[in-house]
Amino acid sequence: MKSPELDALSRAADEAPPALRQQNRAAAFLRQCLALTEMEMRKLRHDPTELATRALQPMLWLAVFGEVFSRVRAIPTGSSMRYLDFLAPGVLAQSVLFIGIFYGIAVIWERDLGIVHKLLVSPAPRVALVFGKALSGGVRGLSQGVAVYALAWLLGVAINWRAGMLAGVALAILLGAATFSTLSLIIACIVRTRERFMGIGQVLTMPLFFASNAIYPIAIMPGWLKVIAWLNPLTYEVDAMRAMMIRGGKTIFGLGMDFAILALSVLVLAGLAGKLYPNLAK
Amino acid sequence: MNILETQALTRRYGDLTAVDGVNLSVAAGEIFGLLGPNGAGKTTVIKMLTTLLPPTSGRATVAGFDVQRQPARVREAIGYVPQLVSVDGTLTGYENLLIFAKLYGVPRSERESRIAAALEFVGLEDAAERMVRGYSGGMMRRLEIALAMLHRPQVLFLDEPTVGLDPLARQTVWQHVKSLAGEFQMTVFLTTHFMEEADHLCGRVAIMNLGRVSALGRPQDLKASIGKPEATLDEVFAHFTGHELESGGDFREISRTRRSIARRG
Ligand SMILES: Nc1ncnc2c1ncn2[C@@H]1O[C@H](COP(=O)(O)OP(=O)(O)OP(=O)(O)O)[C@@H](O)[C@H]1O
Ligand SMILES: [Mg+2]
Repeated sequence: MKSPELDALSRAADEAPPALRQQNRAAAFLRQCLALTEMEMRKLRHDPTELATRALQPMLWLAVFGEVFSRVRAIPTGSSMRYLDFLAPGVLAQSVLFIGIFYGIAVIWERDLGIVHKLLVSPAPRVALVFGKALSGGVRGLSQGVAVYALAWLLGVAINWRAGMLAGVALAILLGAATFSTLSLIIACIVRTRERFMGIGQVLTMPLFFASNAIYPIAIMPGWLKVIAWLNPLTYEVDAMRAMMIRGGKTIFGLGMDFAILALSVLVLAGLAGKLYPNLAK
Repeated sequence: MNILETQALTRRYGDLTAVDGVNLSVAAGEIFGLLGPNGAGKTTVIKMLTTLLPPTSGRATVAGFDVQRQPARVREAIGYVPQLVSVDGTLTGYENLLIFAKLYGVPRSERESRIAAALEFVGLEDAAERMVRGYSGGMMRRLEIALAMLHRPQVLFLDEPTVGLDPLARQTVWQHVKSLAGEFQMTVFLTTHFMEEADHLCGRVAIMNLGRVSALGRPQDLKASIGKPEATLDEVFAHFTGHELESGGDFREISRTRRSIARRG
């Protein structure tokens, strides 16, 4: 039996004027993308303890590393900013980075089962699946954001509570999480096994973190490290967050540039991930 | 017109020819079985037909669409239950269905009724709100069947639908597969290495060994063709391939079965 609904749908799509057809396709794309995100949110709702354990690491960074280094004044922030104020956005970006990089493992898990196979046999375009994953990473990232804000507030960080600024940070979290979860997906598609992924994940996260402006300003880096930091999307994420999360925070590159680079990273990486995603089922 | 057709379908992995010039045609409404031992190439055939894997050479059409040139159209027309467990243990049965209904674009007005119908079809109404990780292997398989029929595909691919199930659960799955073809007029393309399963379910079977199809026909005709209408399919298999079909012995098989058990526990 042909499904009358699907038939009608595809007929409508075929007969529709091009503009409407594009609109239908865009609506389908969004729906498929959100379906995957909803899947993630439902999982989190069933097991919220995971979110709590993930919030532990940024807390340690802020409460221990941050407090100690504030006191010894070992790291110049390059402005009048207190070190703890300087560090808080960096820790937020770091926790979003870890969430993103963790995504590859989840995808490999889905591959070891047959879930990837099922997703790839659905009519959803590969890129819709990738964006769905990226957005799922973003949702987890937002929950980290809440945890980091709460702790930063307790520690007396000079948080900028203006709604526009909060929304801006949320957007930076979404883009940052999308960037790194997509990067992680690409790695998963290439290495395909948990063991190899773990190795590469470790090797990658640390340089991404340390070759950025997350815990010290770029100005104090040696020249070669500066170059890496400029190529590192995390740098722009931190730069934007620092300007928006902290009262009196300033960007180095400008918010427009920060967001443009993050958006571009997501698009390029998602395109690549869409190409590589089918490898997981081969 | 045939709803599924392959011409000299071939897939190589390096030096290994996993699928070697396979020609098949399946009519709408058939339950067609691909029968063969571990490593015969059954999964590789299914992956090519479901657009997961590009053929090295040859071609295949499903529901009138070329798997390589029109993969998106093929995907709209098919359902697929992979050999591996493909439901999410950390969601409920209902949630698994809901996500796929959205992914497949089941219209919102019909979503709930379709999900309810699918749950009823496989007899999982009472378990719908439970986490899938607590399901038995048979219940997981039934949920996977419910998932695959949700969007009313024309062709349903089942890769070893009853591997690792106890005899009772196996019978239940067989019943469901039969009524998918009967009540819902779906074409079913399944693989198996259980002779009994092919005998019980399939209108026609292709016996596959080392990437090649060595015999094709209705089970009773295959039996008759070796001069023993009362032969078991095992004997038929030995006749056409020159060796015994042993089932359930090798490492892959065992680790697979174990894995499905581990996921239940
Ligand atoms: N990704 C791969 N890379 C290399 N070789 C592969 C790959 N997938 C399958 N093979 C090989 O191709 C052959 C056919 O494998 P396939 O999985 O299609 O067999 P099957 O009939 O489904 O067996 P089983 O009953 O074990 O599922 C086997 O020899 C297998 O080792
Ligand atoms: Mg197989």
